[in-house]
Amino acid sequence: MTMSKKIRGKVNVKVEPEANGEKYMLQLFVTGILPNSTRAIENINAICEKYLEGRYELEIIDIYQQPALALSENIVAIPVLIKKSPLPEERLIGDLSNRERVLKGLHLT
Amino acid sequence: MSVSKSKKSRFKFPKSPTGIQGLDDITMGGLPKNRPTLLLGNTGCGKTILAMEFIVNGIVLYNEPGVFMAFEEKTDELVVNVKSLGYDLTRHIEENKFYLEHVQITRDDNLETGKYDIEGLFVRLRQAINKVKAKRVVLDSLDTLFYGFDARILRAEFKRLFTWLKEKNVTAIITAEIGESFLTRQGLEEYVADCVIVLDNRVSNQIAVRRLRIVKYRGSLHGNNEYPFIIDESGVIVFPLIMEGLQQKASSKRISSGIKPLDEMLGSQGFYVGSSILISGTAGTGKTSIAAAFASSVCRAKKRCLYCAFEEAPNQIMRNMRSIGINLEPLIKSGLLHFYFSRPTLQNLELHFIAIKRIIKETKPTVVILDPITNLMTEGPNSDIRSMLTRLVDYLKTEQITVMFTAAITVGSIERNPSDEGISSLVDTWMMVQDIELDAERTRSLCVMKSRGMEHSTEVRRFTISDKGIGLKTIGGNSLSGSKRYAKELENLSTSKEPNAFKESART
Repeated sequence: MTMSKKIRGKVNVKVEPEANGEKYMLQLFVTGILPNSTRAIENINAICEKYLEGRYELEIIDIYQQPALALSENIVAIPVLIKKSPLPEERLIGDLSNRERVLKGLHLT
Repeated sequence: MSVSKSKKSRFKFPKSPTGIQGLDDITMGGLPKNRPTLLLGNTGCGKTILAMEFIVNGIVLYNEPGVFMAFEEKTDELVVNVKSLGYDLTRHIEENKFYLEHVQITRDDNLETGKYDIEGLFVRLRQAINKVKAKRVVLDSLDTLFYGFDARILRAEFKRLFTWLKEKNVTAIITAEIGESFLTRQGLEEYVADCVIVLDNRVSNQIAVRRLRIVKYRGSLHGNNEYPFIIDESGVIVFPLIMEGLQQKASSKRISSGIKPLDEMLGSQGFYVGSSILISGTAGTGKTSIAAAFASSVCRAKKRCLYCAFEEAPNQIMRNMRSIGINLEPLIKSGLLHFYFSRPTLQNLELHFIAIKRIIKETKPTVVILDPITNLMTEGPNSDIRSMLTRLVDYLKTEQITVMFTAAITVGSIERNPSDEGISSLVDTWMMVQDIELDAERTRSLCVMKSRGMEHSTEVRRFTISDKGIGLKTIGGNSLSGSKRYAKELENLSTSKEPNAFKESART
């Protein structure tokens, strides 16, 4: 309850880098250094730097290294970007090269 | 010599037995080992059950751990669903021989932003296989993936998946919907799978019959027909039409019919053990009496008999037979005689077959009686009956069980009843009981139409049923009846000594 209040309050104010409620928590699931995966990493880095500078946390997870997470996060398609917060959780599959869609999916447009 | 030997030791295709009754027969040993098999069929035709049975049998019968990836059903639902078939999945999971995973595919939460593959599934599959050291894998059903992902990508990925499964050295079943589905619409089955099996649930004459067909089996012979199968409380059972007859034995031992004069007609020794006997006749000619006499004699020889009654209830049969001096009650009490009573319309043909087969396995009878099989005819087309009976006869032959059928035929078609004819070519001994008009008297008669492999009488005998039991008397000789007797008396009066000698010879 208090969380949502906080978020709303902060939206109107200029971006506060350390503000928890605003922060984008992103997880990108990849498979090693396969082309789709490396491309996805490049793309998300670029997007984050441009649109979410200072207010995101990106975790890149290689399911070859951590296969158990593939199950717990119900991963089938790879690469996949999961927006953990702000809610609702959102899933974007593919190498994130369609920037328009990525921004729409992350509610940044 | 060496040539024939090298021919003999030809490469034999390695197979992975399913442990499913009948399916291993028509595939001649099971599914292609370490290769993927595609199992196609519409919703509700038994794909999941068959696939699950393949996995569970692998664990229980062949010590091969298995992985089941469920795309449609949730794991806990699946565990409950197959519990009714007696599968204790929870136990297998605890023993680390079984791994069950639900791969959830939802339509909406996947926004495509570029190129992707389904490597995530591969990673999960690899992990699952490694966890239990699986030799068998099921993916049920792949179609579900089409709800979430692009068909073009999936097609390429499926090809990769099938190759990958081969490399993993697992025997896999991949299920998919037939017809309108993407998987088959894309013609995938033609090049990815080594074996394609199609299931079908068809309704004909208001009776649903499940059927199974092997469309393709690379590198192996297989049965080409459509085989009926059922799913009952013990799982999937496929009925091969002919396979059961392969190891038939032909016994030269004999078993008494329980009616002495009838034994005399059959080379003085009765039926062959393990043979099939048909008694056909119009209503009320005493077919059940003959069957009961046979049953009673078998049980009195301390052997077991299974009496399958499709028309009269056991109590009624017992009462009626008591009236002709055959007391079945003590035989039931002693456990030698076992009744199976079922109205034909209660179940479909295959279920009858399987019920009978199960009782046979339980009671291990020497003799089985089916009275009357014609009642089953209401159940389905004649060809179905015939194929069921063929299978039953074949099965009983391999078990060396003697079987007696009775068949009611309609008045007026005594000689040629199509259904009767179909069955009579299938049996070893065929007897006909009928009402005949003998010199203006109606008389029951019995004749042996055929009896394979034995000398038998071709005589038509007068057949009597009284409170003393069943009698068979020769027609002619001293027991001439009615007008003929009268005619003979006249003849005797009119002729002198010489013709008597002629008569002697004519009689024999």
